[in-house]
Amino acid sequence: MASAMIDTIRPNRATVTAERPALSKPKLSSIGTRALLLEAPGAFELRQQKRMWSVADEVVTWADVEEAVLGVTNLMVVFSKPPHDLEATKAALLDAWHRLPEKAVSGRVVEIPVIYGGELGSDLSAVSAYSGLPPEEIIRIHSAGEYTVCAIGSSPGFGYLHGLDPRIFMPRKTVPALRMLKGTVTIGGMQAGISVSTGPNGWNAIGWAATPMFDLAKTPPALLAPGDQIRFLVERIEL
Amino acid sequence: MIEVLSTLSLNTVQDLGRFGSRHYGVSTSGVMDPVALVIGNILLGNPDNAAGIEVQTFPFVVRFLADTNFAVTGANTAATLDDFGLPSWWSATARRGQTLTLRPPSSGARAYLTLAGGVDVPVVLGSRSTHLRSEFGGFCGRSLEQGDVLRTFASETDPAPWKAGGLGVIPPAFVLPSRGATTNDKVLRVRVLRAGEYDLFPTAMQEAFWTTDWKITHHSDRGGYRLAGNTLKLATPVEMRSYGLVAGIIQVPPSGEPIIQLSDANTAGGYPKIATVIEADLWRLGQARLGSFIRFEEVDYEAAVDAMTPVAAYIARIRRTTDLYRSF
Repeated sequence: MASAMIDTIRPNRATVTAERPALSKPKLSSIGTRALLLEAPGAFELRQQKRMWSVADEVVTWADVEEAVLGVTNLMVVFSKPPHDLEATKAALLDAWHRLPEKAVSGRVVEIPVIYGGELGSDLSAVSAYSGLPPEEIIRIHSAGEYTVCAIGSSPGFGYLHGLDPRIFMPRKTVPALRMLKGTVTIGGMQAGISVSTGPNGWNAIGWAATPMFDLAKTPPALLAPGDQIRFLVERIEL
Repeated sequence: MIEVLSTLSLNTVQDLGRFGSRHYGVSTSGVMDPVALVIGNILLGNPDNAAGIEVQTFPFVVRFLADTNFAVTGANTAATLDDFGLPSWWSATARRGQTLTLRPPSSGARAYLTLAGGVDVPVVLGSRSTHLRSEFGGFCGRSLEQGDVLRTFASETDPAPWKAGGLGVIPPAFVLPSRGATTNDKVLRVRVLRAGEYDLFPTAMQEAFWTTDWKITHHSDRGGYRLAGNTLKLATPVEMRSYGLVAGIIQVPPSGEPIIQLSDANTAGGYPKIATVIEADLWRLGQARLGSFIRFEEVDYEAAVDAMTPVAAYIARIRRTTDLYRSF
């Protein structure tokens, strides 16, 4: 089975934004005494995610920051002890959000070969029916897309991906599949995904990829990182 | 070195948790009652973060394959070493061949068996905790099974046995009583801070959150406690994007029945969050039994931070006393 190919086709440097875009205020809230959640205002836009990457890079250099956990257009900052001056810490976070430029994508492109359809992509026909497009077209659109890894989270190695073509949008199931295999290539609402563990899953299965997304023998153990881009390659189609 | 003679499922090797890998999607794991693990380790002269065995299904029976100092803390399990009864929160010396039995607890939910030196399992991403769902960490990434042999880091040829039968401590439940005498003793008071979406709930729902005696349902585990007793509905549904979680965060899924995310929770989720259990009360929650009731009590940031002071003082006092006793 082909493994993921990684090539560096883009320089890895920060984007210099010519002007600071006028943005409405982000939301900042406490999660207990040792975590703050910074949420970008507005829609799910990649530029907001890129600003979160920059904030994450900066806050991990602050004293007493144990971890910066990226979400989808948000960032949870975990402190090793409760901030002594909470208001000052909040102000510093907001300042970082307003001050820092968007971070560029990493330049890494991860290619993931997919076996579309068949037993492990059993919802392909449902996606086809929902969209009114033939299965071949779903596959063409899905594999033509370029997806950006926003964050890794939920389960080991799982990437939150931006870039699904709205034509193949498919709402999550109301009743999850009981046992979806690890490696299943999925569509959940406006998100594309690759499941990282076998178990219940409410997303729609359109294929399967052998590429391991998490491997403890590697450093880092997660194949994907925020800022990486993904291309799904058509390895085989089973209709 | 010990051999597991009898165990049910879901008893695992845990330390204080795997911190610093959430950005790989790796949840923290770690003990549900950190106070009990730390005290168990202090009694043995171990580092606070040494790995122990979290026992949450009983009976749990082990045989010592070498002379070993051990401690049993947490839930009151009426432990016996061969035929000798041990008080709860007690450390003693087992001789090679002796059998330790932990029984269904009369109070509390989880007992901790710590061994001098700590359980010797590999460190994975900075921790010895078992990550059950991903099958790594701990002992072979799984629950303990009959016949498993666990090694310790202690020198097994020359233990310094406790004199006069061992050493015990006053359980934290006596020293750090749950606050609030207004409700009956059967309802555990858990202090919380408001979280991001609290203000989106209508006043009546906020009121219901504070005044309901919430039942910890049987669909609860180390991943989280699912609560029943009321349904909390937003005025209008809110679209949340996935964000990072910490243990203690209370989320309200569309069903309206809150979930307290705990040690084995995913690293991210997307339900609205109404409040977060303060760190000083997490150990108490870890000892709350399925079917029991809890009630939330609001504190502000300063009070939440200050709440850790008595916990730290209790641990520090035991550390001093143990060191003193050991030096005799």
